[in-house]
Amino acid sequence: MLEEKSSNIILDIKSVDKSFKKDKRQELLVLKDINFTMYEGEIVALLGKSGSGKSTLLRLIAGLLNSTRGEIFYRNKLVRGPAHGISMVFQQFALMPWLTVFQNVELGLEALGVPREERRERTLKAIDMIGLDGFESAYPRELSGGMRQRVGFARALVVNPDLLLMDEPFSALDVLTAENLLSDLLNLWQEKKTNTKGILFVTHDIEEAAWVADKILIFGSDPGYVRAEIKVDMPHPRTENDEEFRKLVDHIYTLMTTKPDVDEKRVTEYRPKAIGLGYRLPDVEPGVLTGILEFIYEEHDGRCDLPVLADENYLDADELFAITEILEILGFARVQKGDIEMTKQGKAFTQADILKKKEIFATQLLKNVPLARRIRRVLDERHNHKASRARFLSELEDHLSESEAERVLTTAIDWGRYAEIFAYDSNTDTLSLENPN
Amino acid sequence: MAKSVFYFSKNKLSMTPLNRWDLVALILILSIISLIAFGAREMATPYVIGQSIPISLDPSYLLYYALRSVLRMFFALCLSFLFTFTIGTWAAKSHRAGKIIIPIIDIMQSIPILGFLSISVMGFIALFHGSMLGPECAAIFLIFTSQVWNMALSFYQSLRTVPSDLIEVSHMYHLSGWQRFWRIEVPFAMPALLWNTIMSISGCWFFVVASEAISVANQNITLPGIGSYIALAISRASATGVIFAIIAMLLVILIYDQLFFRPLVVWAEKFKLDANSSENISRTWVINLLQRTQALKLLSKFFSPALESFTNLSFLSRSKLVEKEINPKFNTITNIIWYGAVTIIVIASALFLGYFILENIPLPEIGRVFLYGLATGGRVVAAIIFCTLFWVPVSVWIGLRPRIAAVMQPVMQFLASFPANLLFPVMVFLIVKYSLNFQLWATPLMILGSQWYVAFNVIAGTIAIPKEFHLVAENFNTRGWLRWKRIIIPAIFPYYVTGAITAVGNAWNVSIVAEVVSWGNKTLTATGVGSYIAEASSKGSFPELALGITVICVYVLVLNRIFWRPLYEYAERRFRME
Repeated sequence: MLEEKSSNIILDIKSVDKSFKKDKRQELLVLKDINFTMYEGEIVALLGKSGSGKSTLLRLIAGLLNSTRGEIFYRNKLVRGPAHGISMVFQQFALMPWLTVFQNVELGLEALGVPREERRERTLKAIDMIGLDGFESAYPRELSGGMRQRVGFARALVVNPDLLLMDEPFSALDVLTAENLLSDLLNLWQEKKTNTKGILFVTHDIEEAAWVADKILIFGSDPGYVRAEIKVDMPHPRTENDEEFRKLVDHIYTLMTTKPDVDEKRVTEYRPKAIGLGYRLPDVEPGVLTGILEFIYEEHDGRCDLPVLADENYLDADELFAITEILEILGFARVQKGDIEMTKQGKAFTQADILKKKEIFATQLLKNVPLARRIRRVLDERHNHKASRARFLSELEDHLSESEAERVLTTAIDWGRYAEIFAYDSNTDTLSLENPN
Repeated sequence: MAKSVFYFSKNKLSMTPLNRWDLVALILILSIISLIAFGAREMATPYVIGQSIPISLDPSYLLYYALRSVLRMFFALCLSFLFTFTIGTWAAKSHRAGKIIIPIIDIMQSIPILGFLSISVMGFIALFHGSMLGPECAAIFLIFTSQVWNMALSFYQSLRTVPSDLIEVSHMYHLSGWQRFWRIEVPFAMPALLWNTIMSISGCWFFVVASEAISVANQNITLPGIGSYIALAISRASATGVIFAIIAMLLVILIYDQLFFRPLVVWAEKFKLDANSSENISRTWVINLLQRTQALKLLSKFFSPALESFTNLSFLSRSKLVEKEINPKFNTITNIIWYGAVTIIVIASALFLGYFILENIPLPEIGRVFLYGLATGGRVVAAIIFCTLFWVPVSVWIGLRPRIAAVMQPVMQFLASFPANLLFPVMVFLIVKYSLNFQLWATPLMILGSQWYVAFNVIAGTIAIPKEFHLVAENFNTRGWLRWKRIIIPAIFPYYVTGAITAVGNAWNVSIVAEVVSWGNKTLTATGVGSYIAEASSKGSFPELALGITVICVYVLVLNRIFWRPLYEYAERRFRME
């Protein structure tokens, strides 16, 4: 693969920032100072937790959004709107349910004003190439998820794209279907059946990135930035049991779970992750936390390799990182060099009965999650021990976008109710210290 | 799947000979077209105000009258679609326009439009001086206003909620705004729009009937149609005439139901976004017929290039930059101009309305009309209470028996679209015969047509109760009141509220024709704002009319805001099952 790479540059991204307007005064920065270059013949993966802005970057490249600062060049031309030569595959397929497979694939050609006869020919060819033969007249609803995404691919490829963008194209599919589709795509790519010179895709699946990409960009969050750029010089086909492959995966896990600004030596003295009021608490149910802790404790004696934890519990990377993040915040476990290890509190929590569990959870929650502490304190201070949900929501909105504030508050309320540190009435949207009845 | 299944297989089509279904379909289609042409020609005959249009009670004329009534409905429907596609789109695309259009549509939807009829009649007669088109247009306009609001609103809401990835597809693949509209936005809006169209048509028969025989400014204007036929039958106290009119209307609605309603419902399935609805696609004979005809396929093949070039029209510029950069300064200035103009118009019209009413009507009368509003409101409340007490238990009983429900649901939908004003004479006949107190007995007239909304909504709610709930109830031996209190009432509540809101809105509207009724030369009047409006309009007194309409609007809007809307939101939040 390496020798085939020419120095031709497809994409050049120069100090790109992107912020979204929240309201008249506030702006929310989602991408900060992104720089990278993509060459012909490369498959590039953008890998990161959800909310790290990788999909936003993809949309900037696609010309669906404008950058706030910096420039994006596609084939030496500034991107200022969807460029010809770039096409995109969507996470949820984005097929028109009222069009047949044929019509869906044909759509892009129609918009380009390609004559009817040529359109028909090219459409049939694309459908044939992607393995949808015989389904031309089917409607998307008649197809399985994998087949629908094939239509998405055919639609993207029929316009002969120079650069193919994919936004988590396999995350809505089950594992087997995803692997099957991915290897078909790799075949098309390697046999050069299309004119596509580069593929750029967003994923949160570490193994998927390691399996296909020539270059992996790992994203950090708040705001999104490129934390690391990994060149992968492994020949295809790569196999999961390969030593080198395993090392690569471990390396990525480590990169994704350590804070880059924390020196490794200092981490040895363990402190719970300190967070602020407006921290984006990941939404994980207390029940899931309990289950994962029990798994680590019973199956792995309190210490477990992250890829193993993900594998054996069928967690995708997003779920895994959400769980490890909150375990760290609550002080139940710590993550180091791709391993997770339970703390004293974590072990005590696992061994306790239901009531005791709630007690420990409440203690850790109040100690480590400022939002929970804040809610409790406000309720304590008020003479009727009641406060409206909206009160905290508006406070959170100083730090977060509207939808994110909503999500974070819901999560905090769920945990608080589980820990019984306050009660909530969804009819009146009020938080209180009373127990129902 | 065999490899031979192609999108279009040319030879496959042209080789097949016409079949007998083609003949049936052809006859159907041609006859519909020629009927429309015939009726349209009749509408443009000359007319001078004061001239009376001869209406005959001969039942053989009924077919012709029915055709005229149906035609008016369809013209109004075309206008409604035009309005929906233009104004609805504008409201969705322009933030500024939407801010004004949507509240207007929302209000128009809930106020009694029947009151405007006489105003629009005078306006249109002046506009089309000396032509039948004047009163025809007024009638069509009224029907249009009874149909259009929920259609436009649903279209607007759909346009606002097109999934963002579909919009991204349109940008990625360089669709022009025009292509995006026809390829993505309109199809996406289709299911909701069709459903609202169906509801609109069901509701508009009442107005079709009401708009044909109008007495305005001491003139009786009668347009050829079922409504005029029954008006004549009433004034001549002809029971047979009334019965004929009812039968004719039943037939019209039955044909409409079979020919349009059911096929449309089936067709709308195609546009649904969620994938798992494919199992129980219902079938109707019309769709089956159309699908069996080869000619139709040929026709569609013939027309599809034309249709395609229509949706692919390229004169509209392709959208280049996706995120629009708005100059904030320029934006503020245009904002000030726009909202300033709107404010001035609103204040001016409020002043004019106030002046118009206050100048011509003494204050005590204004107070009296508000009391009339109270009387009408009392009837509306009484009507909905009786309707609830009767229909909720009956509908739950029906809903719990799936086989009966399967028969009753379409029947009730059918009855709901039947215009109640055709049944008024029957009720009035009984009231006169037994010399009942019309002040009280006007109440059932007001709910006569809209009671079905309560009934079929509650039936739908009862059917929607998950089977497990009943099993749980059985398991714990929950019976009688407890079962009602804990399971049935909460489960049907959101459905009931939806039905009740429709029924009440209708009842206010109907009051304008229900509080003054006649049989032969006997006229019964119930005190209320409805009869006040009816009298004002037949006298041709516009200040009184304006006052009456204002009062009824105030009542309806205030009640909606302080009672119905909060109740609806509560019901949706608390009891809606996902």
